[in-house]
Amino acid sequence: MPLASYQTSVPVVVDDAKCIADKGCTVCVDVCPLDVLRISDMTNKAYMAYDECWYCMPCEADCPTGAVTVNIPYLLR
Amino acid sequence: MALDQIVDGLSEVSCDVLVIGGGTAGPMAALKAKLKNPKANVVLLEKANVKRSGAISMGMDGLNNAVIPGYATPEQYTKEITIANDGIVDQKAVYKYAQNCFEIIEELDSFGIRFLKNENGDYAVKKVHHIGTYVLPMPNGETVKKALYRQLRRARILISNRYMATRLLKSSDGRIAGAISVNTRTAEMLVIKAKAVILCMGAAGRLGLPTSGYMFGTYENAANSGDGYAMAYHAGAALANLECFQINPLIKDYNGPACAYVAGPFGAYTANNEGSRFIECDYWSGQMMLEFYNELLSGKGPVFLQLKHLHPDTISEIESTLHKVERPTRGLFQQGRGVDYRSESIEMHISEIGFCSGHSASGVFVDDNARTTVPGLYAAGDMASVPHNYMLGAFTNGSVAGIDAMEFADSHDFAEFDAADVAIERERVMAPTRREDGIPPNQIEYKTRRLVNDYLQPPKVTRKYELGMRRLAEAREDMQERMIARNAHELLRALEVQSIMDCADMAAHASLYREESRWGLYHWRTDFPEKDNENWFCHTLLSKREGKMTSEKRAVEPYVVPIADDEKDLYDKQRIRASA
Repeated sequence: MPLASYQTSVPVVVDDAKCIADKGCTVCVDVCPLDVLRISDMTNKAYMAYDECWYCMPCEADCPTGAVTVNIPYLLR
Repeated sequence: MALDQIVDGLSEVSCDVLVIGGGTAGPMAALKAKLKNPKANVVLLEKANVKRSGAISMGMDGLNNAVIPGYATPEQYTKEITIANDGIVDQKAVYKYAQNCFEIIEELDSFGIRFLKNENGDYAVKKVHHIGTYVLPMPNGETVKKALYRQLRRARILISNRYMATRLLKSSDGRIAGAISVNTRTAEMLVIKAKAVILCMGAAGRLGLPTSGYMFGTYENAANSGDGYAMAYHAGAALANLECFQINPLIKDYNGPACAYVAGPFGAYTANNEGSRFIECDYWSGQMMLEFYNELLSGKGPVFLQLKHLHPDTISEIESTLHKVERPTRGLFQQGRGVDYRSESIEMHISEIGFCSGHSASGVFVDDNARTTVPGLYAAGDMASVPHNYMLGAFTNGSVAGIDAMEFADSHDFAEFDAADVAIERERVMAPTRREDGIPPNQIEYKTRRLVNDYLQPPKVTRKYELGMRRLAEAREDMQERMIARNAHELLRALEVQSIMDCADMAAHASLYREESRWGLYHWRTDFPEKDNENWFCHTLLSKREGKMTSEKRAVEPYVVPIADDEKDLYDKQRIRASA
């Protein structure tokens, strides 16, 4: 059975200008309880790779540069 | 190499005590085990990262069950929980908790976690329960995880993050021998030999589907997919009273409480659409949830948390707690809806179903030493059967488990397991990665949890349960034969679905076994609408015997604290009666 991708707007947004993942920081990726954040191979910045968010906030609270913003997922907003 | 790429590997390590789950009970268990024997090796295994894992990822607003000298006695607390849980309580464990928890509060205080005190320097305990006074706010509750983590580092506990335990290992004579785990980012497998194992893996919170339809918008931390319940089951341990579901009153569409425990002591209350109170007490019991459910369906719903009558300064104080700890996105949610507590009440609804002894009584059976029915295997926190034990119960019983498990490890050598068991588990774990084509885990999970909502959530109807079990069996076949995982992250979800499916089957089996209604909404069976003390004043234990799910009755242990006949039904009188 072929698979299709499914469009979804993700709740966690990273400000590339503030994110220092390209300098080796992985704090948000490390702390996420659902393990949904990754560092992009293309931009070397953090991003939400999987829309499986508990909007719990460690990524935003622990980011050393204030680059991460957690929004309420659209379905329950 | 890129994260999530699958690596086919297997290695083996050993330790004296293995603690699985680094949320609340787990860190305390690991710490106490290590302090008991500093020379021993204690490993703390965690699916996420101990720094931010579990129900208290962002902290907690207070203790809901603090038994503090001068405010409450262990006897009074034991009595209250016995009545709140409809009498089905082995009091020894509850009483032991009530005796020990004050010491744990003082220990947490020494870790730097502050509790609210009044002008005299005494703990400022608030009343939320029906009878006694046990709620103690935590003004810096957001620091809990950091404070715990510092203690773990100081004690040199070996922490392994991003390993998901999947099955327990036993010797031929039935003793615990260790656990099998999988790295959630590489799929490499790790066997951990251990003399004693403590399960602290949280609630089964990803069982029902939230009404928003967002799969991860569950009341419990969505990482708590019931893996501990499934592992205990497959290891042959008994699970108690699983039909006593967890169902909680939450903010409509948002997965946090409104929260009456925080706001109630300031004068807030739960009201219907007419602005009238309809329940006597906001403490979360099945009886209270039944009245909540009835009100929602009565035409007098929706149900609200009423705050707007309070002074603006009081509301600001409540907000500063509710929007800072436990679920800090609560403020963001209300802001998005344009709800200001000063002018509008908070619309509430009821949560999806789950297993959780933290709030109800559905957990892996343990005695007052946190021992399960498998020698060398312990459980503590939300997944262990000590009822209504909340965060402080997780800390206190985690402590009990850590000490007893280290004593066990000190007096036993490693048990030998069969290498074939590891090979079988490796095949089961990796199967979804070996298929070229099939169904992704998220679809199987959605379908399973949709079926749980359609057929298993109360009111429980026998005919619906029978149909639900048939549909679940079909979904299980798809899961076992056709599920695919294309990377390590999808494999993590694929393994979690298997825990969820096991929990759904256990929820159905346990509910059909108990042929009466008890615990209000938690176990309301329309075909057996009455409480039947003659036949069902007992625990039910579910376990795997010769590969099959079975249930049996277990007598309630004689009470340590007697309950008078006129006290037994205090929690049944939740509805406010119109006075003449």
